[in-house]
Amino acid sequence: MVSGAIEAMRTQLEKLGNPSSLHTQGREVRKELELAREQLAKVIGCHASEIIFTGSGTEANNTAIKGLYWKNRALGRNLVVISAIEHHAILDPAHWLHDHDGAEVVSIGVTKSGVVDLDALKVLIDNRGDEIAVISVMHSNNETGVIQPIAQIVAMANVASIPVHSDCVQSFCKVPLSFAELGLTAMTLSAHKIGGPLGIGILVLKRGIDIPAILHGGGQERDIRSGTLNAPSIVGFAVAATSSIPVAEIAELREEFTSGVLAEIPDAFLNGDSAQEHLPGIVNITFPGTESDTLLLLLDSKGISASTGSACTAGVQRPSHVLLAMGHNDKSARSSLRFSLGATTTRDEIKKVIELLPSVIEQARTANLR
Amino acid sequence: MKLIAAMSGGVDSAVAAARAAEAGHEVTGVHLALAANPQKYRSGARGCCTIEDSHDARRAADVVGIPFYIWDMAEEFHQGVVENFLSEYASGRTPNPCLRCNEKIKFAAVLDRARAMGFDGVVTGHYAITREGSTGKTLHRAIDNSKDQSYVLAVLTIEQIAGAIFPLGDTEKVDIRKEAAERGLYVANKPDSHDICFVPSGNNASWLHDRLGSEVGPIVDQSGTKIGEHKGAYTYTIGQRKGLGLSVPTEDGSPRFVLKIEPKTNTVVVGSREELAITKMFGEKPVWCGPEVTDKPTQGFVQIRAHGQALPCEYFYDGNQLVATLEKPLLGLATGQAMVIYDGDRVVGSATVSETLA
Ligand SMILES: Cc1ncc(COP(=O)(O)O)c(C=O)c1O
Repeated sequence: MVSGAIEAMRTQLEKLGNPSSLHTQGREVRKELELAREQLAKVIGCHASEIIFTGSGTEANNTAIKGLYWKNRALGRNLVVISAIEHHAILDPAHWLHDHDGAEVVSIGVTKSGVVDLDALKVLIDNRGDEIAVISVMHSNNETGVIQPIAQIVAMANVASIPVHSDCVQSFCKVPLSFAELGLTAMTLSAHKIGGPLGIGILVLKRGIDIPAILHGGGQERDIRSGTLNAPSIVGFAVAATSSIPVAEIAELREEFTSGVLAEIPDAFLNGDSAQEHLPGIVNITFPGTESDTLLLLLDSKGISASTGSACTAGVQRPSHVLLAMGHNDKSARSSLRFSLGATTTRDEIKKVIELLPSVIEQARTANLR
Repeated sequence: MKLIAAMSGGVDSAVAAARAAEAGHEVTGVHLALAANPQKYRSGARGCCTIEDSHDARRAADVVGIPFYIWDMAEEFHQGVVENFLSEYASGRTPNPCLRCNEKIKFAAVLDRARAMGFDGVVTGHYAITREGSTGKTLHRAIDNSKDQSYVLAVLTIEQIAGAIFPLGDTEKVDIRKEAAERGLYVANKPDSHDICFVPSGNNASWLHDRLGSEVGPIVDQSGTKIGEHKGAYTYTIGQRKGLGLSVPTEDGSPRFVLKIEPKTNTVVVGSREELAITKMFGEKPVWCGPEVTDKPTQGFVQIRAHGQALPCEYFYDGNQLVATLEKPLLGLATGQAMVIYDGDRVVGSATVSETLA
């Protein structure tokens, strides 16, 4: 975590008040919480009243996609449109709406470079625009770092008055991002991806729009999200969001890393790199002939952490749905790893990984032939 | 040494991993996902490989302080263990899937993969002992006789035994539970698993029935006379007395037992207790856990069930079949079971029973 955020949280934790209380202590906490909201609003490019604090990015995604669907289903729109590369926190609620609530879900594919197929989306909107309750497309993908053309999607959706939600968890504070400029109806953010605390998220929801709640109770956040506000985490979130991440340095290290890896492992290839824009800190590489969980173990034993797509509930690695959507087969998807670079990544670490990688890949290939 | 600890989520494998790590080895915990569609929860002593079990294994690894991974062996397990179990039953034999799992998964697929990744061996929570001898590592019974698992390990070759580490063989089970509690392992009081892990209901007959179907067929006596009907031959086991539903009594009113199952004709043969007795057994596809058995008749013991008695016998290998002649007759032995030969507490080897003689 960003050290300033830890400090701010510690100070808040020592204060007693419930921000909803009317007494002095409550007022004091509320004052700081609302200041944090205003600071966050400035960074997000939204109005303070458009921020709804949630317990996680996952909760914000669920509230947005379900709420917008329910709101517009009542107006005769039954179609939920998502992209094929969404995080599970969008994929799963969308599928839940289909399985349990009668929604029709359409998943828009992506190109080989991992960008949402705008032509396909346009055809869908042209033909069935008045049936679409909500479109949800992430701002950037968490596995490949590829940035999606959200502004164009919003422009297309506006023609048919379709609300657009975007999961911006990965982009926030990493690339330029403005709720107002994008023209979104809803946006999801999460603190722990920017050096803030775990367990605090934001749903930005356009002013004047009401959606049905998932959590009912005290009505704290616009009656859309009930529950006593987690003041320390909110304050920590604001400090993290206003601290700057050395994006240019990270992007530079990323270039060094990718060119180093490709030089050492000639048949390795990058996923999503041909896209026009990507996040500074995410690299996704396929190492043919390996299995990603073998690579993870071997790398971790050398002190290097990487990650793979996702695991099922039992913890078994699954081929990434993102890579499959980009045209990989099961096998090549399972031979891929994601490396994340952040503010604390050093040039020495990058060098070390590049140095160790050839022997690790070699061993993983042997293990794969067992 | 660099070791993989196979962690099922149970108390034994957790303590085994802890002991190996404490002994100074570089241990990495691995939970084997064996079911393609794991169940969420475990009910009592039944089954493993539920999501709860993989959680328990991860938690134990965290407490021990070792890295933890899940290896997907569902396909290998299905092919090597589940399908073998089905096809053996379908051909009228009674297989032991735990043995196959050790032979094909834990000390084959897992050990091979571990070795390829630069590990020296696999640690498990089996109750057995290995000793360094002049001919290499040998396999022996655990000191806790009631928990001894050397029988289900008797399918391991010398090569596989060389890569196997069993840290629990020198301890009684009750003490393992105490030790687990002292080590702060939450699974200290988790019930043991007993049944076949991939038969979640614990009802083997109905599980087989669902997969192999059931065809009604004749129950005949030794002379071939039909005296009843069965509801699927593989749901019977040799020596079974109850549930035959026979309406024709024997002349002297003595009970009848299942003597033989003939899958080709879908026939169950029954007879008297005396007819059940065998004194000689033949085994195929032998595996030697130490020096090879020769054609020289040797005195030793044979065990035919996981927690069965060690029966005094004379055994030899004719280059094709492992033959054991019992000192005293044995009632009921199904083909497909494993015959495991012991020399004192040392496991000599095993074979799959293919034929028995009175
Ligand atoms: C793109 C994306 N969306 C949503 C989430 C979920 O956010 P949270 O962990 O706050 O629930 C994550 C990360 O975990 C993410 O990467």
